[in-house]
Amino acid sequence: MKETFSVRLKKDFRRNKMLYLLVVPVLLFYLIFQYRPMYGALIAFKDYTPTLGVADSPWVGLDNFNRFFNSVYFNRLIKNTVLLSVYNLVFGFPAPIILALLLNEIKSKKFKSATQTVTYLPHFISLIVVTGMLRDFSLTSGLFNDIITFFGGERSALLQNPKLYRSIYVASSIWQEVGWGSIIYLSALSGVDSELYEAAQIDGAGKWKQMLNITLPGIAPTIIIMLTMKIGTLMNMGYEKTILLYNPATYETADIISSYVYRVGLLEQDWSYSTAIGLFNSIINLTLLLIANKLAKRFSETSLW
Amino acid sequence: MNAMKIKKSPAEKVFTVFNYILLTFIMLICLYPVWYVLVASLSDSSLLMQHSGGLLKPLGFSISAYKKVFDNPMILKGYGNTLFILVIGVMLDIFMTSLGAYFLSRKQVMFKNVIMMIIVFTMFFSGGMIPFYLNLKDFKLTNTLWGLIIPFMINTTNLIILRTSFESIPDSLIEAAQIDGAGHFKILMQIVLPLSKAILAVMILYYGVGIWNAWFWASAIIRTRELYPLQVVLREILMQNDVSAMTAGVGAADQDAVATTIKYATIIVATLPILCVYPFLQKHFTQGAMVGAVKG
Repeated sequence: MKETFSVRLKKDFRRNKMLYLLVVPVLLFYLIFQYRPMYGALIAFKDYTPTLGVADSPWVGLDNFNRFFNSVYFNRLIKNTVLLSVYNLVFGFPAPIILALLLNEIKSKKFKSATQTVTYLPHFISLIVVTGMLRDFSLTSGLFNDIITFFGGERSALLQNPKLYRSIYVASSIWQEVGWGSIIYLSALSGVDSELYEAAQIDGAGKWKQMLNITLPGIAPTIIIMLTMKIGTLMNMGYEKTILLYNPATYETADIISSYVYRVGLLEQDWSYSTAIGLFNSIINLTLLLIANKLAKRFSETSLW
Repeated sequence: MNAMKIKKSPAEKVFTVFNYILLTFIMLICLYPVWYVLVASLSDSSLLMQHSGGLLKPLGFSISAYKKVFDNPMILKGYGNTLFILVIGVMLDIFMTSLGAYFLSRKQVMFKNVIMMIIVFTMFFSGGMIPFYLNLKDFKLTNTLWGLIIPFMINTTNLIILRTSFESIPDSLIEAAQIDGAGHFKILMQIVLPLSKAILAVMILYYGVGIWNAWFWASAIIRTRELYPLQVVLREILMQNDVSAMTAGVGAADQDAVATTIKYATIIVATLPILCVYPFLQKHFTQGAMVGAVKG
């Protein structure tokens, strides 16, 4: 066996030498900008000082992790991260599926493509602009308050209210991503065998029954893959949007693990501690993804790998 | 088939009408905020200040906010910096992504699966924000525009989309070129890339929009204000309410009113390039999203 392996190796090298040469820059890129930071994450177990570097900084074991677990912010951060993620999943995940199902029932091609063009648009607007608009509309004198008073409500600074923060975050995320997210389901829907619908119509099945018995099973594999991916990034809520949208008045509900890492790490330069918190978060993510993938495999024979 | 057309039940007719109304409403919600910002930016600032509620067209008409925006040197510098990152970045991104995608699309390569795993693993696990930042510092990539280009050259999702597309190019074409004595680099440049124009357009758009809208790492590593890309300038204006550079010479009482129209005008100036090209490119964007949907 050993011989054949080395023979194969030689053959492969002779045949693909130039091909391997082409991939060297790509591998270097991943090594330098992805794998080197993974090695750098070792500072989570050290007391890192820039002058000593990663290798020579003294080990401190799990001290940084314990500090986080015992921190006054620990419970709040976990709760906020989980709640924001769950709301985002519960409301944000079905939205593009529903939009795709509605679009699928539209017979007019023009109307359908107009709807698609318009609903994809917010996806391309930068987060800075989206959150900038949200802040402005949420002011006491802003557009949202104009609408609220129109319906008899009272004016208030919406983004200063911790109770409203998650709703504003989730609703605006749906606004921005629902159209773009529906593309993948629309393409899955176009793959459903149209003969099945004709047969169902002959059997007298109405639209609702057709949807339950043909459409949904038809796009189920896509839904499961997307759900698995979503669960894998469940605790990986975007810090970018949080940083742009929250303020000290709403930290109580808005501050999540990754935004805390940003403040403690980049702003306060507590390198080792913030790296430990980030690593803790990454490991939870990876675990969730593995569990979701396993469940998907067991119950539906669809999985990421 | 037409002969078998089945009459719609009343319930279905109601649903169809309801569906059109609902989707029209959704369209309005998607579009209206952008429209509001546009017409507000063209409004007379003091009229806008007194107004409450939605707008369908500008209140009065004034482009003075736009004049102030373009008089602000930071905006123009931001535009310049973003364009520099965009042009150099997209070229390097496409080059590096093509190299990787070409390698991964070849058959009968012993270490292909190992290399694929090395690459895909980074989609699910990373060192995290702080080690990534310290890494940039080690390579002296902070406070330079190159720090916003080089560390972001390859987006793994894009790499997989491009690989999937390269795989559909018939092997016979590549083998024929090999027999003619062409090396892999030449095959990539002269056969594979010219055959992949549609997907390359998608890649250019994906990377381009990503670069145009990126702000986080710029705000983290750029200290010199002259190097701020457009989005970071925009952030200062929108978040920190820093319009002082543009309201100079305006009486204190009008400051607030003018600040609002300036903010809106800045949003439009920074978003207009995307709003303009978007309708023409929408088809391509969608194509890419579909290819990306193929399990990678």
